[in-house]
Amino acid sequence: MRDADFFCRWLLAAAASIEREADRLTELDSAIGDADHGVNMRRGFAAVAEALRSGPPDTPGAVLVLAGRQLISRVGGASGPLYGTLLRAAGKALGEAAEVSDEAVREALAAGVAAVGRLGGAVPGDKTMLDALTPAVAALGEGYGAARAAAQEGALATVPLRARKGRASYLGARSVGHRDPGATSSALLVAALAEVAGACVSPGDDPRTPSPDKQVARGDRTDIAE
Amino acid sequence: MSDTVGVVLVSHSAEVAESVARMAVSLAGGGFTRIAAAGGTADGGFGTDADRIAAAARAVDGGAGVAVLADLGSAVLTVRALLADGDELPPHTRLLDAPLVEGAVAAVVTASAGGGLAAVEAAAADAYTYRKT
Repeated sequence: MRDADFFCRWLLAAAASIEREADRLTELDSAIGDADHGVNMRRGFAAVAEALRSGPPDTPGAVLVLAGRQLISRVGGASGPLYGTLLRAAGKALGEAAEVSDEAVREALAAGVAAVGRLGGAVPGDKTMLDALTPAVAALGEGYGAARAAAQEGALATVPLRARKGRASYLGARSVGHRDPGATSSALLVAALAEVAGACVSPGDDPRTPSPDKQVARGDRTDIAE
Repeated sequence: MSDTVGVVLVSHSAEVAESVARMAVSLAGGGFTRIAAAGGTADGGFGTDADRIAAAARAVDGGAGVAVLADLGSAVLTVRALLADGDELPPHTRLLDAPLVEGAVAAVVTASAGGGLAAVEAAAADAYTYRKT
């Protein structure tokens, strides 16, 4: 069972990961966007970390709702309402239970991802964060390590895609050949979740991770270098 | 619900939101006050500030509903996120599917004439049908 502290640790780990990778997220965004994804995500997740440290809520649902609200308020770009909705919808799905099962976590994240799809109108294949989140949630039934590998693979698979949503879609064919920044930051969030859930990161150590995924699940952090 | 509908204009730019608000009020005859601009970010840059949007909606809410017009991207997504599962906006707040400038003029003209939220929404959405060529 997962308690409020687990979700706090997830989001603090995500904030640390975003902080480490912010410059690279901005670099990816400068190729097909407006070069603010890293800056915006760092500002948003720093606000999340501050809010959780100063007043950690008692339930998993409340942790996610609080974090989602911070992201909506503080990011300043489209990733704010999108990630904010992901966490807020997932938090609402968890209800007021003090502890939740991994199955409940999976269902809540699925509800969050569905809410992101409704909000932005995107579907997998549009070169958005859904290209990492949708396979991650689908793989979550096999474990957190499998979800991390699926998210990472999904983010890598956005490179040849043509953007059909958001600012990058204005570029048309010129968006092909670049990795989507939103899918990349989504993979960081899923990797942080796997990290705090204790999923093994070394190839061969995690029996739940299918072998084709091991090559992208290597290392103690998610490497987003091309 | 005897008061007029409130109007909130959301743009990535504070200047755009404020200027469109002044222009719409002027084109509607000048007397409409239940309108607020929510443009740009808190640090003065281009972007969207959810708290600014929520404060603007509360400021213009007189009980007859609040019509929100937004330009694009994060402005639209932020309003939709606030409407989807938040309690930050007053009840009877609606995002209008309309172009920002033309929709704002239509909304303010209709609201200042005493039209309800549905009439304001219809007038603003109708702005899409005015072809320019």
